[in-house]
Amino acid sequence: MTNSIDDIADEARVFFITGSNTTETHPVIGYRIRRAIKKGARLIVADPRRIKIAEHADVFLQLKPGTNAALLQGMAKVILDEKLYDEDFIKDRTEGFEEYAEKIGSIELNEMAEITGVPAEKIAEAARIYAGNSPAAILYTMGITQHTSGTDNVLALAGLATLTGNMGKRGGGVNPLRGQNNVQGACDVGALPNVFPGYQPVSSPEANKKFSEAYGAEIPDKPGMPMTKMFKAALEDKIKGVYVMGENPVVSEPDICKITEALEKLDLVIVQDLFFTETADYADVVLPAASFAEKDGTFVNTERRVQRIRKAINAPGEARSDLDIFCELGQKLGLKGFEYSGAADVMKEIGELNPKWKGITYERLEEGGLCWPCPEEDHPGTPILYGEKFLTGSGKAQFKPVDYRPPAEVPDEEYPFILTTGRSLYHYHTGTMTRRSRGLSDLYDMEKAMISLEDAKRLGLNENDRIRLTSRRGEVEADVKPVSELKEGTVFMTFHFAESCANQLTNSELDPVASIPELKVCAVNLEKV
Amino acid sequence: MYKVTINGLETAVEKGSTVFEAAEKAGIYIPTLCHHPDLSTFGGCRVCMVDADGKIVTACRAPVKDGMVVKTDTDEVRRVRLSNVELILASHHKDCQSCSRNNSCRLQEVSAFVGINQDRMRQIRRSVEPVKPDESNPFFHRDFTRCILCGICIRTCEEINGVAAIDFAFRGFHTKVAVLGDKPIKESKCESCGECVVRCPTGALYLAEPVVAEREVESTCAYCGVGCGIKLGVRGDRVVKVEGNRDNEVNRGDLCVKGRFGFDFINHPDRLKKPLLKKDGIFVESSWDEALDFIVDKMSDIKARHGADALGGISSARCTSEENYLFQKIFRAMGTNNVDHCARL
Repeated sequence: MTNSIDDIADEARVFFITGSNTTETHPVIGYRIRRAIKKGARLIVADPRRIKIAEHADVFLQLKPGTNAALLQGMAKVILDEKLYDEDFIKDRTEGFEEYAEKIGSIELNEMAEITGVPAEKIAEAARIYAGNSPAAILYTMGITQHTSGTDNVLALAGLATLTGNMGKRGGGVNPLRGQNNVQGACDVGALPNVFPGYQPVSSPEANKKFSEAYGAEIPDKPGMPMTKMFKAALEDKIKGVYVMGENPVVSEPDICKITEALEKLDLVIVQDLFFTETADYADVVLPAASFAEKDGTFVNTERRVQRIRKAINAPGEARSDLDIFCELGQKLGLKGFEYSGAADVMKEIGELNPKWKGITYERLEEGGLCWPCPEEDHPGTPILYGEKFLTGSGKAQFKPVDYRPPAEVPDEEYPFILTTGRSLYHYHTGTMTRRSRGLSDLYDMEKAMISLEDAKRLGLNENDRIRLTSRRGEVEADVKPVSELKEGTVFMTFHFAESCANQLTNSELDPVASIPELKVCAVNLEKV
Repeated sequence: MYKVTINGLETAVEKGSTVFEAAEKAGIYIPTLCHHPDLSTFGGCRVCMVDADGKIVTACRAPVKDGMVVKTDTDEVRRVRLSNVELILASHHKDCQSCSRNNSCRLQEVSAFVGINQDRMRQIRRSVEPVKPDESNPFFHRDFTRCILCGICIRTCEEINGVAAIDFAFRGFHTKVAVLGDKPIKESKCESCGECVVRCPTGALYLAEPVVAEREVESTCAYCGVGCGIKLGVRGDRVVKVEGNRDNEVNRGDLCVKGRFGFDFINHPDRLKKPLLKKDGIFVESSWDEALDFIVDKMSDIKARHGADALGGISSARCTSEENYLFQKIFRAMGTNNVDHCARL
């Protein structure tokens, strides 16, 4: 997030929530937003599903899955045509406005309405509310990013925020809500193929030298493979061994058949987890890991706040923390610098190599969390980014107009429905943790493939009828639940339940920049079993 | 600032404060059953009655006036409070021993303060018909015979998480807190966050599996990216309870259903306890040495034969920053940037 939860919850006059089922996937942020709305904040929701938060919306835009960029560019068009933009901000803090304005000016709002299935006047109303009430905060999640156009969608959102001067101020910003407890931290410390800790590019000669020296190794300056490409590479014999820590790709990755085929082909599969996951079946060795309650460390939340977890109990049996395992493994592999006295010691090394975390120490974290960048020990942390300058060469925000591109797979005669995927309030990712909770399973125990009431009527399907869903990649069975929140032609499933896993069907086509798969749109057919 | 005299003590309070807040500031206890600092004022329990400038008022609703004289312990105040508490107790469950909130109950605290005469209580107590508790929700149950109709749960559901699943239903003696259609709560739009259970002043809302922790450890929730501050309640080597940490600036104590109740996985019998090695297609338990040596041999062999780029590391957004750091360090030190995690899923 460019901003903190506090400042947007307390000060935003408009929330623009798109591609985020906030009340189910980030419930406590959902509480804050519902409270802010009661106090008078306005709300725009754009989502293919009439999600719960849409109940409170001033405008709800039920767009066709995968048409986000068209909707956002349409809003930008209205803001430009009606001169609702922030002239001073554009003059002082941005570049590339003319080109952007020209490009956006040339699009037809009616065309965007046609693409998205949202009436032009509704797009205009949303644009007026967003631009007319400052500060306005954009909140999004994977409904924006899990598309072959994911990067463009984010650029289009950033364009709206820049156009209206909603960057670098309290109550505004472009705020991706991160899905997992420490997805932010994993990125921050370099568990990414193209960057070292602190987003220092592996291709940067200075950064590469710094880390190669620190690690006593020659680190290639060519970015490695993202996870989404590793399994494809395994099928091509380019990857021979994978080490899977705390992840269950056999359920979470798109196009599972390809994943299992790749896992079977690999010479070495190491799985390190709390439980014997579906992926563990394919392993050569499975290591028992400690849970968050059994170790010290930090998680970084969606607002870049580094917070402590603390060991409360001992791990069961011989299970060990991942940290402990890696210290020993590093030494056994003959690598340098794996003698740590504990998590605080590792944090010290991260601070030495990542200038954004330099001021973060375990002593300070005793007093509470710190938002990075935190470059010095007396720095208070940075809850709001880009207050003075942007991380571009010139320090100015750059407008990047985008072109709408349809999803990689669109419905046709053979596969006439669009499947879009997401999460339930009661479960987490592949369910390895939540499905072992008796209570959570009691409240939500199996996949319910949701379809529109119109489709249910047309196909003669009633709640709990068993259906078979097929795509070009696989098939899966699930009980059906007709719901009013979906438009005709759209199917919604989660990926929490391995036995009815939507990822048997999903498309592994990637966004060309971010390599994120198009989990939010694929074409399927369905029939009663 | 306004000057207010409470029981002879002069205190200065902000304009717009209530008498209740002024007394709180002056350190004077006023009993209440329906007031909660997180919530809007209801003024329904009529237990916080005080004498303000000669008039009997509810302290939680009455705004202070400059120069106001408040008395919290006059004969009349005592009489009014007592009869209001007696009326609540008259239809309340008698057996405190069997209640999960025994010794931490606001009704007990208030009863002790107003001074209940047990002989008199025996005379006025209505026979409470046994009503089966609503045990539909797996995490918390509802015992209507212990409900005092303070409305705290209703306001919590409306104001804290915004779900508004419950409200007062029926009238007079039949008044109860109910979901739409007075169905079991599991069949309502309740999201099981448990915020109402946390705030219930009596044992009307109680945990399905109440276990008292022996110690607490501050931590951060392991589910979504909000990063709510939690306190793990520990007993022996078991996590038995999770509470929201009110000092944490992210959530200020609020939690969702997964964060508050979804902790069974920690002590689940399915947890892996020993390394497993696949031998002839079957997993067998091994020692750590054997498992790690196997990994070292295999990884080194792949690197030697195919180069370090034939290895791929899939890290985890569930693990700590420090662990992710070490994971990428291992792969980079081995000579490959093929390290990533589940950020895109």
